[in-house]
This record gives sequence, C-alpha cells and structure tokens, in this order.
Amino acid sequence: MKKPQLSSKHVPLAITVLLFVVLFTAGAVKYPAFLSMQVFFNLFIDNAYLIILAIGMTFVLVIGGIDLSVGSVLCLVCMASAHLVENKGMNPYAVMVLMVLIGAVYGLIQGSLIQFFKMQPFIVTLAGLFFGRGAAAWISIETINITNKTYNDIAHYRVHLWGDNFISIGAVIALVVLVLAIYIAHYTKFGRSAYAIGGNESSAMLMGLPVARTKVLVYTLSGVCSALAGIVFSFYMLSGYSLHGQGMELDAIASAVIGGTLLTGGVGYVIGSLFGALTQGIIQNLIMFDGTLNSWWTKIVIAALLCVFIIIQRLLVARRDSQKAKGNVKTAL
Amino acid sequence: MAGNEPILRAVGISKSFPGVKALHDVNFTLCAGEVHCLMGENGAGKSTLIKVLTGVEKIDHGEIYLEGKSILPKTPLEAQAFGISTVYQEINLCPNLSVAENMFIGREPVSGCVINWKEINKRAQAALSKLNVKIDVTQSLDTYSVAIQQMVAIARALDVSSKILILDEPTSSLDRDEIDKLFEVLRRLKEDGIGIIFITHFLDQVYEISDRITVLRNGELVGEYETSELPKVQLIAKMIGKEFDVLTSFNKGNAASAKGCEEDSLCNDAAFIKAAGLGRQGGISPFDLSVRKGEVLGFAGLLGSGRTETARVLFGVDKADKGELYIKNKRSAVASPMNAIKNGMAFCPEDRKREGIMGDLTVKENIIIALQAKRGMGRCISAKEREKLADKFIELLSIKTSGPDQLVKNLSGGNQQKVILARWLATDPELLILDEPTRGIDVGTKTEIQKLVVRLAEEEMAVIFISSELDEELRTCDRIAVFRDRQKIAEISGEDLNQNCIMQTIAGGQKHA
Repeated sequence: MKKPQLSSKHVPLAITVLLFVVLFTAGAVKYPAFLSMQVFFNLFIDNAYLIILAIGMTFVLVIGGIDLSVGSVLCLVCMASAHLVENKGMNPYAVMVLMVLIGAVYGLIQGSLIQFFKMQPFIVTLAGLFFGRGAAAWISIETINITNKTYNDIAHYRVHLWGDNFISIGAVIALVVLVLAIYIAHYTKFGRSAYAIGGNESSAMLMGLPVARTKVLVYTLSGVCSALAGIVFSFYMLSGYSLHGQGMELDAIASAVIGGTLLTGGVGYVIGSLFGALTQGIIQNLIMFDGTLNSWWTKIVIAALLCVFIIIQRLLVARRDSQKAKGNVKTAL
Repeated sequence: MAGNEPILRAVGISKSFPGVKALHDVNFTLCAGEVHCLMGENGAGKSTLIKVLTGVEKIDHGEIYLEGKSILPKTPLEAQAFGISTVYQEINLCPNLSVAENMFIGREPVSGCVINWKEINKRAQAALSKLNVKIDVTQSLDTYSVAIQQMVAIARALDVSSKILILDEPTSSLDRDEIDKLFEVLRRLKEDGIGIIFITHFLDQVYEISDRITVLRNGELVGEYETSELPKVQLIAKMIGKEFDVLTSFNKGNAASAKGCEEDSLCNDAAFIKAAGLGRQGGISPFDLSVRKGEVLGFAGLLGSGRTETARVLFGVDKADKGELYIKNKRSAVASPMNAIKNGMAFCPEDRKREGIMGDLTVKENIIIALQAKRGMGRCISAKEREKLADKFIELLSIKTSGPDQLVKNLSGGNQQKVILARWLATDPELLILDEPTRGIDVGTKTEIQKLVVRLAEEEMAVIFISSELDEELRTCDRIAVFRDRQKIAEISGEDLNQNCIMQTIAGGQKHA
C-alpha cells in the first residue's frame, strides 16, 4: 500500500480547508454567538449563488479558459425572471426552466465562438458580460420587485435540519450542484477530458479525445451554472435589478483560485471552490460581527489571500521543478 | 528478421504542400518483428511520411497496405484503430493527470456510469510491468522523469493497438542508461512480432538497434538497405547525397583530427574567441574551440549533432555550465546575448521565421534593431542615420525590396535572410555566427551569401558558418569543426578539407568503412 501523502496539487486545497477551520474557530472564540450550527448553515444560504458560480467557473478554468460573463448572466436571469413573473404573469416554474435554457444557450454560443472561430475566451466572454448587463437594463432600468406568492413561498421555504437549524432552497440547489459537479469532474469521461485538455490540449487531441465538444460543453455548463445561480440569487433578493451581481464573476474566479484551481488549466477541485466561496463568506461574517469595520475590508482581506495563494502555488511549482532538476524524482527504471 | 512478412507497405506515396513537394513517389515497407530506421536530413520527408502513415496528413497519390489490405487513415484515431501508434519526441501526454489515467483516458473502463478507477490503475500497472517499469501509477505524470514518461507513452501506444509502433526521436532527451533500457524493451517487442519504425539522428543508435534502413532525401526515396550491409559512411553519403569515394578516403582520413588541433594551438594569440572546455549539460559536451580574425570556421555534422547548440552557448543564448570563454584573450562570461553583442558578436539564428525576422516591421526597422540594442535603448539613432544605414545595406547586399519602408514579411525568403544579415552587419561585429544562413533560399542568393561571407573574412571579420551542405562549407570555410552526437569530434583544415574526409569523420573512424 502506498503511504497517504500530500501531492503538491492538494496543498492549496488543504490550506484553504485549514484556513476555513481556523477562521471559524477564531470567530467562535471571539464572538460566542458565532459558535452555532446556524451560522455555519447561513454561510451556505448567503453564498449559495457564489458557490454555484464558482463551481461552473472551476470547469472553465480547468480547461484553461475563463468566463467573465457569469455575473451578467446572473443579473439577466434575475431581471428576466422578475419581469416574466411580475409583468407577464408567467408560471414561476416555467420561468425557471426557461432561464436554465437561456443560460445553456448563452454558454453554448460563447463556447462555440471560442472553439470554432478560435477567439480568445477573455474577449468573447467580456462581450458576453456587456451583453448580459445591457440586456438586463433594456428589460428595465428600475428595480422590479417579485411579489408573486409562489415565488415568495419558494424563497422563504426552510428545509429543516436537526434542532432549529435550517437551510434555504437555494442552499439545497447549491449542494446538489456540488455533488453533481464532483461526479462529473472525477467520474465521467467528459470531466476527465476537461482535465486532459487543461493539461495539454494538443496531446488530448492526439490521444483522440473530443476536444472541441468538451470545450464547448464546458462553457455551456458554466452558462447553466450562471442561470442556476441567477435563480438562486432571485430567491435571495426577490427582485431584478440591472446592477445585481456586478463584479461577481471576479468573486467566482477568486473562489476557485483560493480553492486551488490554477488559471493555467489542468488543476482544480470543485470542492476547493466550495471552500473558496465559504472562506469569502466567513470573512464577510467576521467583519460584520466585528461591527466597527467597513464591509469593504472583505475585499482587502480577499486581495491579500489571493496574493498569498498565488505565491504558494508558484512556490510549489518551483520546488517541484528544482527537485526534478536535482534528479530526486523517482526513477524506477 | 528481414525474411518476415511485410506488415505495412506504402507504395508510390506523393504529398505536396503549397510550393513544396514533400514526398515524391516514395515506397516504404515495414516487416513484422523488425526495427526499421527512417533516415534523412532535415526536410528529407521523414516526418511527412510518418504523418501520412498516421493520418495526420492526407496523401495526394499512393496507397498504404496493412497486412495486404488497403487502408487510408484520415485521423490519428483511425490509424490507431488500424493498429498504428506513434510516440513523439515531445511526449504527447497530459502532465497533470495520473500515469494510469494517461494510459486510459478516452477509453476508460466504465461500470454503470462511473469511471472504474480501480480497474484503470490495475490495468496500467500490468501494462507497465510488461515493460519492466514499476512505479506508482496513481501519481501524476509530471512527478516522473522524461524516460519514464516515454515508457508510459509507449505502454499506452502498445495497449491501444499493437501492430506497428512508430518512435519519432525517442532518445533525444534520454541518457545512456535510459536508452539501454528503451532498447531492451524494443528488442522484446520485436520478438513479439511488432513492427517498429524508429527515427533518430544518432547514427550509433541506428546501428545498435535497427535491422533495416530506409533513406530519404529531398522527399524522394534513396533506397532501402539491410543495416548490416550498409557502412556508416555510405549511409551518410546517401543522406547528404554525395558519393563517397572509398579509395581516396583511407590515406587522408586518419590524419584529420590530429592536424587540426596542432594548427589551432599555433594561432591562439590571434584568436578572437577561444573556448576551453565549454559545455552545457543536455546541450553540448565540453569542447575547445577558437576562431581567428579573418577566418571562416565551418561547423559540420548531421542535424542534431550539436552544431547549433555550440553556437547558442558561444553567444550566451543558452548558458554554459562548464568551462571558460576568452574573448581577445580576456576571460569573459558571456551570460546573455546582450553581453555577447556588446563583446562584438552577432548571431543569425537557424529558424529565421521564429527567431530572426519581425515580419510586421519594415526592412529599415529590422536592420536597425540590433544596433539599437547594442547602443542601449536610451540612445537615439537619428532618422537620418537610420535612413543611411538601411540604404547602405540594401545596396551592399542587393536586397530586393521596393524600399526601406517595405514590410519584411512581404520579401522572399532569401531577401529576408539578407535583412537579418544586414541587421547584424550594421552592428559592425568582430565575430559573426551564421546558422544555416542559406536554407530554403534560391541558388543565386545562396552564392551571393557565400561570396559575402568570404569577403567579410577578408575584411578581418571572424565568421562561424553552420551549414548542412558540405559543398557550401568547403567553398567558404578555412577550417571545419566536425560534430557528432552532441560532441565536437575533430577539426579539419588544410589539404584534408574535402568531402570524403569530412564524411569519414562524421561517420566516426573506420569502423564500418
């Protein structure tokens, strides 16, 4: 049997999990109110949309791409849902299905442009970012509040766990997406192809993997995740507004990177992105509990964390390279 | 061995790319259970032939028969399905995935709708142990050495399909021990009846492992030979396309290396640049070398023999990790190209498209750029001076351009080469290194460039001239350093300076002659 050892790819993930635990413990020590299961569950409730976005983003980053449109798609979905439910009187469930379809098509178009016209993912999804927000503002510049009864019932529904603890429907959706994503990433051919493409695209091609299809599907998956996050966000806010979710694409990228995903592709874990998103949430909570600090301090702390994590990743790569150069690599030949 | 059934037959293969005939009516036969070397210089058509066989490129004319049946693979995947697998020099695996996954990705065993990782790991372990490789297959590929990665690639290729294995330069990054291990594996595969096509630049390895050799030159078939019946010198002659005259070679060949060195030491004082034991791990074995002012020193040897590597070390593109370099008898650390330029050196690289020409800049800008670098970015070269320089060199080298403001990418290959030459001449160098300056340009321009080199030497410039064409070297060089297998093996000068002697030296003594 082999010894359980921490490969350098797992180190950032381990650090993130550890950091999360440390932050939670620190909060519990300092603020007695912090130490309750509900505070923990609230992290899922308050960050469900971010978790879903970060999961979709993880796949995109794993193939070495980027998707800047996710925040705008989330905003567009919120706005379109609010408009269709409130002003057009559509059935909320039908609207949700429609929104997921819109998200899929959005991602499909972006992925196809990137793959078949050999365009830069950055530019294509930047256009997607502008388009989504523009379209949301075109539907309405004013906030549309969602007053529909069914919608409000879903939004306020509490899934009771043990004791007095509960989570929202949004959090349940996030957890389902998480489990599905882990399955897709590690136990399906599609998921493994995505990792292979991120490792070396031309090799993946020569090994006979469906590179084009996988890449387009990854962007489609990210689009679907954005739409789901949009629906979850609309439960959370119960309104559509053209400035919803501004800069959220960057929060999603930050979550993935803090969770150990490399922007160069090939390395990343869905579970890491979960902890990346939760860590951002807990920092926000701690600053809120403190009460004296401006909420923008969250951003400053996240900035510092990102720096630290990128440096750690760089150091790990450098260390492994130098080990290799010294010939310390296993040569079993 | 050679009596075996032919497993693969390619008949009358032709393939053209825009403007180039890459293959012309080439026949190739591979038998089961043999190692067949494909030999030829750069541009001979080896890689095109491999690409055609593996479905990367489509053929224009010709037929491919696998075990008597006509096949036409359109993609690498189809070729694999027919039983033809390729292992490339650049290992085409994913470094971020585990060893086992690399072997099975795209064809993972699935139970239910979940990938069966246990099965993958088990089968990977089994496939590798057949090749005597015992490693932890769950570790990611990039934790292992290149040699192991190569083995993994071979194991994958064999596991995917195992009739024909194509190895494209598999040994170029392996050390001697690892090569021995690889050859052991190849011999075992041979016994199992697998046909192996082996491409390498290392002649010794050809004679060590292969049963038969097919030689290509300029896209045409030169011939197919039993390895045991083809002396090394003959092979080289066939590759570079010169007849080798056995009778005259014997009396001249022996003295070659000794004499070269002697002359060298006499002239040390006037040497512009002198290298003592200079070398770089994985690039070039330590060598001694000196170049005098007003001398053209040629580098001869087959492709991959270490000519370019030597030039790169001298110019500081690759840093030497051993030995000393003296410039005008002063110890010098040429650590970067910038440093080399400041010391009066200039280097025209081999691949002008990638390393030389800036296509979107004008002829004038391309000529000025090295001079600007030499003077430092802060110091301006006036518009008038730039104009004057550009005009001067356009006239001097008779560069065919509509004017100094023409974009370089619109010039022909030969004229682009002249622009690069002009760029370095503008810096007024004392040592000019030219790596394959005449490749891919027309005969007229070739002669012009050769004449120019001789003239520059007459004007007291030291020149290092690297070329695959012996004719050209003999015409321009005063002295020729010969390289083989990443080593400088001899210097030839004076009356020994002839084709036979050089070919003899490249082949390595009289072993097979």
